[in-house]
Amino acid sequence: MLRQPLSRALALSSPARVAPLAARRYADAVPAQPEKVEVFIDDQPVHVLPGTTVLQAAAQVGVEIPRFCYHERLAVAGNCRMCLVEVEKSPKPVAACAMPVMKGMRVKTNSDLTRKAREGVMEFLLVNHPLDCPICDQGGECDLQDQSMAFGSDRSRFTDIHFSGKRAVEDKDVGPLIKTIMTRCIHCTRCIRFASEVAGVDDFGTTGRGTEMQVGTYVEKMFLSELSGNIIDLCPVGALTSKPYSFAARPWETRRIDSVDVLDPLGSNIVVATRTNEVLRILPRTNEEINEEWLSDKSRFACDGLKRQRLVTPMLKDSRGNLAPVEWEDAVVAAARALRDCPPDKLLAVAGGLADAEALVALKDLLNRLGSEHVCTEHYFPTQGAGTDLRSSYLLNTKIANVEDADFVLLIGTNTRFEAPLLNARIRKAFIHKETDVALVGPKVDLTYEYTHVGDSASIVKDFASGTSSHEVMKRLQQAKRPVVILGADQLKSEEGPALLAYTQELAHKLQENLQDKEWKVLNVLQRTASQVAALDIGYQPGVGQALAAGPKVVYLLGADSGVVTRESLPEDVTIIYQGHHGDVGASIADIVLPGAAYTEKRATYVNAEGRAQQTLVAVSPPGKAREDWKIIRALSEVLGAGLPYDTLDEVRDRLSQVSPALVAYGDVQPNNYFAQARALAQSLQKPVSGKLDVQLKQLEDFFMTDAISRASPTMAKCVQAVLKQKNSPY
Amino acid sequence: MLSSLRTGVKGLWRASSRALQTSSTLQHDSLFVHRDTPEDNPNIPFEFTEQNQKRVDALLAIYPEGHKRAAMIPLLDLAQRQNNGWLPISAMHKVAEILNLPRMRVYEVATFYTMFIRRPIGKYHVQVCTTTPCWLRGSDAVLNAIKEATGCEVGGNSPCGKFSLSEVECLGACVNAPMLQVNDDYYEDLTVEDTKEIIEKLKKDEKPLPGPRSGRFASEPLGGLTSLTEEPTGPGFGVQDGLKA
Repeated sequence: MLRQPLSRALALSSPARVAPLAARRYADAVPAQPEKVEVFIDDQPVHVLPGTTVLQAAAQVGVEIPRFCYHERLAVAGNCRMCLVEVEKSPKPVAACAMPVMKGMRVKTNSDLTRKAREGVMEFLLVNHPLDCPICDQGGECDLQDQSMAFGSDRSRFTDIHFSGKRAVEDKDVGPLIKTIMTRCIHCTRCIRFASEVAGVDDFGTTGRGTEMQVGTYVEKMFLSELSGNIIDLCPVGALTSKPYSFAARPWETRRIDSVDVLDPLGSNIVVATRTNEVLRILPRTNEEINEEWLSDKSRFACDGLKRQRLVTPMLKDSRGNLAPVEWEDAVVAAARALRDCPPDKLLAVAGGLADAEALVALKDLLNRLGSEHVCTEHYFPTQGAGTDLRSSYLLNTKIANVEDADFVLLIGTNTRFEAPLLNARIRKAFIHKETDVALVGPKVDLTYEYTHVGDSASIVKDFASGTSSHEVMKRLQQAKRPVVILGADQLKSEEGPALLAYTQELAHKLQENLQDKEWKVLNVLQRTASQVAALDIGYQPGVGQALAAGPKVVYLLGADSGVVTRESLPEDVTIIYQGHHGDVGASIADIVLPGAAYTEKRATYVNAEGRAQQTLVAVSPPGKAREDWKIIRALSEVLGAGLPYDTLDEVRDRLSQVSPALVAYGDVQPNNYFAQARALAQSLQKPVSGKLDVQLKQLEDFFMTDAISRASPTMAKCVQAVLKQKNSPY
Repeated sequence: MLSSLRTGVKGLWRASSRALQTSSTLQHDSLFVHRDTPEDNPNIPFEFTEQNQKRVDALLAIYPEGHKRAAMIPLLDLAQRQNNGWLPISAMHKVAEILNLPRMRVYEVATFYTMFIRRPIGKYHVQVCTTTPCWLRGSDAVLNAIKEATGCEVGGNSPCGKFSLSEVECLGACVNAPMLQVNDDYYEDLTVEDTKEIIEKLKKDEKPLPGPRSGRFASEPLGGLTSLTEEPTGPGFGVQDGLKA
């Protein structure tokens, strides 16, 4: 596998190349910086580190040099030539993106020569580019369009007098997400570099040469990556556009609302583009701490699931056992009656993976007021030992961005590629650019980078924790200066879960003890859903097993759709109230359905796997009679005569901050501690383990449909079909 | 009315006469995407022969660890030679497997170099140089003679399947123009008759004599040497006396 030579790796880690992160300092970090060199951009002096390119130096003084192929998160290609600038004493214009600065260099970014060079490059690009902007989906957000307006000639010399036509290239079929119109391609090779460097799926390349060169896959092959949608954003022209969004809208017609993704536990930052109260597409929003500027395919393309299978009206089960639409009043009264008539110890609330913190706290307060403590999440977490009392036990303590700086990553029972694609992209980035090595305990899966497969037996973790393992990974872990251990939360469901967590805590603690860098956190638990961390912070009990066994009379499902609560596991006379936004597993077993809002329809708080609270904003209004979730619970409490003490969102958030200030510290994440205490409390749980670790999401086809929204999405269904079809292809 | 139309059209013509491009674009004779055919698809297995496997190992041994991908072009060439002069997709897959590279990286190389032929070709691949020096010396006639003798079109195979004809750029034998290459051999200083003879011999699977047809040994002047004709001087010639030992 291709890994960058050390010089490249060093260049990459220089602050000028990677967009600035919150300054992280480590005890062993070398403070010495090479001396800065002075260069002049349009006669403005600027001091930059040696190795900085002219383009980056120019960016530092706010001079933007036009470019197509250059992208700060990808390797430098230098093949579009758009960034040509004049450098004094240089006989020819130089490509700013690839030219390192030299002492005293005088760059002229707006001289006649520079302008002429740009105009010439632009003319050549346009000679081979179709004039189909009116039917091109990139129109309005096209780099070529913008830059030809800014830097191109005002008239064309191209006349197709012999009607021989412009250069034309056959379109490629790379799956149901990406539409290709390869004639528009200007060969910037950004998609190729993304596929090879970030996605780790080397399916794109250039075939042929000269005027016959084309970007593509050579053979007919789907782009089998969970990050494939990002090449749509990367493409500076309309060669790669979104298939589900094709011919849907122009960028200037859409409203863009900043929001947060909830389909994986990372809480990637997104922009929701809407028009006429309809979510048209979802784009990533740059957040260096979480998703950089990438987004996983599920988060990006599952938005059409928000329009299908929706619960738009309250429903009650009629005499024949079918759900029938009713008014809110009837549904709330019916739900209140069921809750009131139920003895408090027979009351159970289960929160699903997409529930927001406001609804979670309102539901818990409501049940507490009714005298019940049975509020659970669908996903289990061991409650023995420190349980969920210490926040550090269930979070990604290292933080997503810091994983880049790790020198050894041990994954235990998790397939990060599909459980948290952007975390996996970070690990891959570290693997490629920083010589980080990865080991996996669990089933063999394709993580897009090489790793040491230690085995899939839980006892390996025990051996690591006790230090008795003779495996080379053990030695690497002990030698590592910044090791990271990531435990998949799915592993904790089994009987041996508590022991596995105890061993992982033991291992992480031992590793952390020996570190020079006392600030570095080793232990990470990767949750599976967006709501789990908030639910545990609020004080939900993880897992429903015990609560179900107690035989509840009324079960309140707050978007619980993962199928752990079934009719069969409950007594016959149970009443199930389902509150949520999709007619999925939960609604199908419900007696009373209260339609809630999806994450694009409410201003709500979600806490990601790192413990970072973020909020979604209202992009569209909830469909039909659906309402914001905490408001439904608030209304229900009023009818029950147990009115909750908050009437506005701000008051709910005040309540959240009473529960935990971290829940409303938006965008911020506090460093966690108490690892030693958690480990001490868990020491009695270190029982022998013999099971095998397994992960739920092994293949790409498992990735696309994992929750109520993505299961309702036709695009995701097409992806699954396409992946299965590709599996049968010889390529 | 009509005349005004004509001047209008003329005006149009004049405006576009300074067009950047007035000749139609030339299309390459091979495709740069793969199409499955009965002769070339990934289900046809490709393995290096035992003898070639040894060559593969030897080739790989040349390149240091971590740079084994540098062996890609030699390996592709070996595969092409083993497979009767053309490179099937399964051979590319095999090379990718040997080098532990993504298949796309091999496709890129195989499509970039024109000497990798990705379609079934005949036993004799006749490549006629039509670059300026050869063209001035009559390569068009040579090309036509081959077309006539074999029934090939440029970029195609002969009806008998034995020959394939390509028009190529300079093969570096301009001194001996016009010339053609059949598989690995150069035939130089050709006339139409020479060309016909070469094709006839190949049809009978005889090997025509490679090299110049004009009686020259290599690229020396046809009428004998015109310079450096004197006896070569010995060592120490022209050295000043003081330096002579």
